[in-house]
Amino acid sequence: MGSGNYLLRKFAFALLTIFVVVIINFVLFRILPGDPVRAVIGRNVKISAEVQQSLREQFGLDKPVFPDQFLMTIRQWASGNLGVSWSLRRPVAEILISKLWNTLLLIGLGQILSIFFGVLLGLLAGWKRKTALDAGALTFSLIAWATPTFWLGIILLAAGSTWLGLPTGGILSPQNVGKPLHTVLPDLAVHLILPTLTLTILYLGEYMLIMRSSIVETLGEDYILTAKAKGLNQWQILWRHALKNAMLPIVTIIALNLGFTVSGAIYIETVFSYDGLGKLFQTALTKQDYPLLQGAFLLLAVSVILANMLADILYTILDPRVKAS
Amino acid sequence: MSESTPLLSVRHLSTFFELSGNVKAYALEDVSFDVYPYQTLGLVGESGCGKSTTLMSILRLLPPNAHISGQVLFKGVDLLALSEEEMRAYRWKEIALIFQSAMNALNPVMRVDEQILEAILLHRLLPREQAWQRVQELLDLVGIAPQRGRQYPFQFSGGMRQRAMIAMALACSPSLLFADEPTTALDVMIQAQVLELLKNIQKRLGLAIVLVTHDLGVVAELCDQVVVLYGGKVAEYGSVDAIYNSPQHPYTQKLLEAFPDLHRPTASLASIPGTPPRLTDLPSGCRFEPRCFARLERCRHEPPALREVGEKHYAACHLLEEKENLLE
Ligand SMILES: Nc1ncnc2c1ncn2[C@@H]1O[C@H](COP(=O)(O)OP(=O)(O)O)[C@@H](O)[C@H]1O
Ligand code: SF4
Ligand SMILES: [Mg+2]
Repeated sequence: MGSGNYLLRKFAFALLTIFVVVIINFVLFRILPGDPVRAVIGRNVKISAEVQQSLREQFGLDKPVFPDQFLMTIRQWASGNLGVSWSLRRPVAEILISKLWNTLLLIGLGQILSIFFGVLLGLLAGWKRKTALDAGALTFSLIAWATPTFWLGIILLAAGSTWLGLPTGGILSPQNVGKPLHTVLPDLAVHLILPTLTLTILYLGEYMLIMRSSIVETLGEDYILTAKAKGLNQWQILWRHALKNAMLPIVTIIALNLGFTVSGAIYIETVFSYDGLGKLFQTALTKQDYPLLQGAFLLLAVSVILANMLADILYTILDPRVKAS
Repeated sequence: MSESTPLLSVRHLSTFFELSGNVKAYALEDVSFDVYPYQTLGLVGESGCGKSTTLMSILRLLPPNAHISGQVLFKGVDLLALSEEEMRAYRWKEIALIFQSAMNALNPVMRVDEQILEAILLHRLLPREQAWQRVQELLDLVGIAPQRGRQYPFQFSGGMRQRAMIAMALACSPSLLFADEPTTALDVMIQAQVLELLKNIQKRLGLAIVLVTHDLGVVAELCDQVVVLYGGKVAEYGSVDAIYNSPQHPYTQKLLEAFPDLHRPTASLASIPGTPPRLTDLPSGCRFEPRCFARLERCRHEPPALREVGEKHYAACHLLEEKENLLE
C-alpha cells in the first residue's frame, strides 16, 4: 500500500473528527443557559415582546433547532462566518484572526527555542548518561516540567522588570501601538523576552526528557552495535544512526504540542497581559460571550486535529515502516 | 601469511562485568584459542557460557562496565593494546560480524544498500561510484536482486535480512568473519540456505570464520576446529575430528550424547541436567562439578588446568591427570 493512500485515510479521518466537533460545539451552546436575544441587547434594557420576536426571526431562532438552525449554522461556519461577538460587537472570525498572529509569534518562538535546546540537552544527557551533565540536565528538566506556568511567569516577570528593566506586559510600548510592525521591531523584541523565556523553560523540560529516554533506548539497539562494529566513531553513530531513529517520538510530540498552542497561551498571555488568543478567551469566558467562545472552541479543536494530522504526515516522511503498515 | 601461522591468537582472555553494588560477573576466564586463515572455528556451549562475550571482547564492543584482559593477537598485533582510534580501523575492514537477529542489526530507517555502502566509504576502500558498483555485486553474491537494495530492512524476509547482513559483512573484504548464531532466528529451511551461503562464500573468498552456535550438527559440517566453553572457561579445544571421535571432557561427552546423529541438526544442547554456574558466585573448583557424573573429591576445591591430550587437542579435567598417573 502506498503512502498516498495512508495519508488520504488520515485526512478523511481528520475531516470526520472536525465534523463531530462541529456538532458537539453546536449542541453545547444550545443547551447552555441564557437567552441570546437578551445577551445581545443587554440585561437591563427594556424592549417590547414584538421587538424581541422580530429579533428572534432575524437570528433564525424561531425555527426548529434541527434541521433548520443546525444547517444554517453549518452553512455559515463553512463560509467562514462564525457569528458576531456579543461583547466586542465585531465578527468572531475577524477577532480570532487578528489575535492569532500575536499568539503564533509568541508560542512559535517559545516552541522553536524549547525544541532546539530541549532536544540538544536531551541528546547530550542521554549520550553521556550517568554523568554530572546528565544529572544536572535531568534535575533541571524535571523541575521545569513540574513548574506551574503562572508561578514561573510571575517570578520571571518580577525579576526581569526589577533588575533588567524589562517591560511588565503587552506587546508594544503605548507610544508604538499602531505603527507599522517593522519600524518597532526592537520594542517588540524587548516585550517578547520574558514571556518567551518563560515558555522556553516550561516546554524545554518535556522535550529534554523525551529526547533523553529516546536516545538512551536507541543507543541500546542492535543496529547501533552494528554501526560500532563497522568502525564508525561516536559522532558518526550518533549522527547517522541514532539521531533519526531517536527523533521519531519527538517529532510526534512536537506536532501534537502545536495543537495545544492556543490553549497553552491562556496562562502566559494572562500573566504578561499579552494581547493574543489566550487573553481573548479569558475575556470571552468572563463576559459569557457565547459566539466568541464557540469560535474559540472550534479553533482549539481544529488546531488539535490538524496537529494530529501533521504528526501523522511527518511520521510517514521520517519512518519508512509507517507507509507499509 | 602461511596457513600454519594463526590469523588470530586469543591468549588468556578474561572478561568480567562490573555490576551494581560492587558485584562482578566473571563471564570469561583464561580463554585461549587460535584461528587459522581459511579455516572455521566453532564456538559451542550452552546459552550464557560466554560465546558472544568472547567475540565482543575481541572486537572491544562491550559496554563500559566490561573489563577485558589478556591478549588478542590479530596478524601479530595485540588488539587489546590499541587505542580506540586504531581499533576502529580493524573493525569491519579486518574483522566483520554477523549477529543472530538481523532484524534489529540493520538500521530500520536506512536503505539496505546505503548501509552496505557506508561500510565501504567509511574505510575509504573505493570512490563512491565504484563503491555503489560493489554494493550491487555484493547483493548479487548473496542472492539478493540488486534493485531490492533500495528497500528498507522491514521489507525483507528474515532470511533476506541475514543475507543482506552477510553482504554487508563482506563489504570490506575482511580476512576474518565472526558469525554469532547467524541462523538461530531463522526457520529450518532458511537456516540451511544461509549456512550453505556462508560455506560457499568462505570457499570463494578464503575467509576465516569463527562460528558461534548451539548446533553440533552445524559444527560438524562447517568447522575445522572447535572450542567448547563451559561457564566462561574452555572445557575442551581441538579439531572437529578429535572432539567428535574422542571427546575427553565429561561436558563434551554429554553434549555429544545429547546429540547422537550428526546429520539431524535439530536436537538441542539443553538436555544435560542441572544449570550452568552463576557468574557472580562461581564454584571454587571445577565449574562443571555440580553437574558432572564423573566428579572426584578434588574437583570441588581445585580448578582443573587445560592439558594437552592429543595433537592440538586440549581439555580441562582432573580425570585426565588421574588417567595419566595410572598409565605411568
Ligand atoms: N553487559 C553485560 N553486563 C553484565 N553481564 C553480562 C553482560 N553481557 C553479558 N553478560 C553475562 O555474561 C554471560 C555470558 O553471556 P554471553 O556471552 O552473551 O553468552 P552466550 O553468547 O554464550 O549465550 C551471561 O551470563 C551474561 O548474563
Ligand atoms: S574436573 Fe572433575 S568435575 Fe570437572 S569435569 Fe572433570 S571430573 Fe568432572
Ligand atoms: Mg550469545
